[in-house]
Amino acid sequence: MDDTALKALLLHREVEDFLLMEADLLDDRRFADWLALCTDDIRYWMPMARNVQFNKTAQEYTREQMDTCWIDEGKETLTQRVKQLATGIHWAEEPQSRVSHLITNIRITEVTPDAAGNPAEVQVRSRFLVYRNRLHDEVDIYVGKRRDTLRKLDGAWKIARREIFLDQNVLLAKNITTFF
Amino acid sequence: MTITPDMYERLVNIKTGEISREIFVNEDIYAQELERIFTRAWLLVGHESLIPNPDDFFVSRMGNDSVILTRDRQNTIHVLLNSCMHRGMKVCRYDQGNTRAFSCPYHGWSYSTDGRLVEAPGQLVGVPGFEEHYRCELDKKAWGLVRCPNVVNYKGSIWASWDENAPSFEDYLGDMRLYLDAALDHRDGSEGGSEVIGGVHKWRVKCNWKFAVENFIGDHYHNISHRSVDLVGIGPSAGRGRRDMESTGSFQNIIIGFPALGHGVIGHLPRYEEPPYAPAYQRHPAVQEYDRQVYEARVKRLGNKMRVATGAASIFPNMSFHGRQPRTLAVFHPISATEMEMWRFYLVDKDAPQEVKDVLRHYYLRYSGPGGMTESDDMENWMYASEASRGTIARRHPYNYQMGNGYAKPVEGLKGAVQGGDTTEENARILYNRWAQFMAGKSWSELMPAQTA
Repeated sequence: MDDTALKALLLHREVEDFLLMEADLLDDRRFADWLALCTDDIRYWMPMARNVQFNKTAQEYTREQMDTCWIDEGKETLTQRVKQLATGIHWAEEPQSRVSHLITNIRITEVTPDAAGNPAEVQVRSRFLVYRNRLHDEVDIYVGKRRDTLRKLDGAWKIARREIFLDQNVLLAKNITTFF
Repeated sequence: MTITPDMYERLVNIKTGEISREIFVNEDIYAQELERIFTRAWLLVGHESLIPNPDDFFVSRMGNDSVILTRDRQNTIHVLLNSCMHRGMKVCRYDQGNTRAFSCPYHGWSYSTDGRLVEAPGQLVGVPGFEEHYRCELDKKAWGLVRCPNVVNYKGSIWASWDENAPSFEDYLGDMRLYLDAALDHRDGSEGGSEVIGGVHKWRVKCNWKFAVENFIGDHYHNISHRSVDLVGIGPSAGRGRRDMESTGSFQNIIIGFPALGHGVIGHLPRYEEPPYAPAYQRHPAVQEYDRQVYEARVKRLGNKMRVATGAASIFPNMSFHGRQPRTLAVFHPISATEMEMWRFYLVDKDAPQEVKDVLRHYYLRYSGPGGMTESDDMENWMYASEASRGTIARRHPYNYQMGNGYAKPVEGLKGAVQGGDTTEENARILYNRWAQFMAGKSWSELMPAQTA
C-alpha cells in the first residue's frame, strides 16, 4: 500500500472514530461534553423536506438561513438546548429518553490540508438512524443523511458545520429533543 | 357508545365546570366531529403568500380531507378537493408548486387550477378517450373537482367552509376580528402587510386536537409547562424568560372570550392609545430599531382609534394564532380521537428588512414547532393527558374546568365579549360550549342568533 492510500485509510479511521465517539457522548447523555465538540461558529441545520415536482428538486429542502426549518441555529442555541436538558424539568425529556445513534455510510468527500500538508478540514457524509424510546412504549425513529464539516483545532476534530436531511415530510415524532 | 342528541349537554357541563374525558378520547365522538364541525365551520386553509402567482398551488387539509389551495389564471383563489372525480386518486401529491393542470396519474383526467376538467381540443388532456370511449357523452362541466363553496381571503389568510349556508367569515369572527387583525396587520398599524416565511411546520402529535386549541385560547395557568425554558432564557432580550415583557401597568394581558362564537384570546382590552414604548429585542439592535420605528408609526397612524394587542388566541374550531412573539398562525388537523397533525405558519412584516426577518425566524424556530424549546414540552403534556384519559376508570371522571366560573364580565367596546381577569378557565368553557352546540347539530340561526335576529 502506498503512503497516500495509507494516509487516507488512517484519516478515515480517525474521522469514523470521532463520529462514533460523538454518538457515544450523546447516547450516554454527556451533552455538555458533546457541546464541547462543536466549534463556536458551528452551523447546525436541519431543513424540512417537501414533496416537489420532478423538475423542482432544487426546492425539495427548505433553505438554510432563509426558510422555516426544523432547526437552523448556531452554538448559542445548542448551548441553550443543553442547558434546558440539564434543568431536570424539561418535561419532554423527563424522565430522559433512551436514545441510540447508529452512524453508518461514513465517507470523506473532501480534505483541506493545512500549511504543513496535514488535514485541517474534512467534508464527511454519513447516514444516521436515531432511535428514541421513551416512557413505556413511545418510539420514534429518525433516519436520514448528514453532511458534516469537521475542523481540526488544537489537534482535535471539532464539528464546524452539520447539515441534517431527515427522510420525513410530516415529522412523525411529536418533537425533536435530541441532537443528530 | 350510542350517540343521542342530548348527549353533548351532559358531556359538557359548563354550569358545574365539568367536561367528560370522552370528548377527548372517544372515536365515535371524533367521527361526529368531522361531520358536524369540520364540514360546517370556517377553517384556515393557508395564506396568499404561499400562492403568489397564477397557477400556484398549496396542498392543505380541511378536517380529514386533502384540499388544494390554488390561484387560477384569472387570479381567483380556490379551494379544491384533492381527489379525482373518476376514481378518487389524489390529483396533487406535491406540497406546493405551479402547474397548468392537475393531471391524475391513474386514468389521466386533467383539471385546471380553477378545478374544471380541461376542455382542450384533442384527447391528450381533459378526459382521455372522451370521443372514443365516452362517445362525447360525459358532461365535463359537471365533473370538475369538488370546489369549496365559501373561500375568503382575509388580510392574506385564506379561510374556507364547506357549508353553503355558513354565515360570512366576518360574522363568524364577530369582534374577535380585531384580535386577528392585530396578528395579520403590519406592525406599523397598516392593514394586512404580513407574509408567511417559506416552509410550513407539519408534525404529528398523539393527542386530541382540542388540547392545542384550548392551550392557545387563554390558558395562562400552564406556565409550569415552560419552566425549563424560562430558566434558560430564550427571549430576544437578555435574561430569563421566553418573550419580551408584554404587560405593563393598565396594559395587562387579560383572558377575553366570545361566548356566542367560541373564540378567545389572551390580549389587551380595547384601548385608544398605544402604551408607552417598552424596549424589546434588546439583543438585536437592528430589530430593536425596527420595533421602535413601527411603534412610532403605529402611534401616528392609529391616533385615538380603538385598537387591541394580542397574544395567543384561538378561532373555533381548530385554528390558533399568536400576534406577538412568536407571531404565527397554527392549525390542528384531526387525525383520530387521540392524534392530530399540527401545522404552523410563521408571520413577518412583508417589507421588513431581511435582517429583521432573520432574527425573528431564528427566534420563532427556537421557541416553536417540534424543535422549539418551548413547544416540545407542551406536546409531552397533551400526549400523556390524552393517553391517561383513555382508561376505563379514567373516563368516568370529568376534567375540572371550574376556575373563575361565574366571574366573567362584559368588555366595554367589544360586542359579545367577556373577560375573566388574567387567569381563568372561562375561555375553555366558551370553547367547549360552542363545541357542544355544533355537535348537537344546531342550525345556523340557532348558532348565530345575534346575526340572524
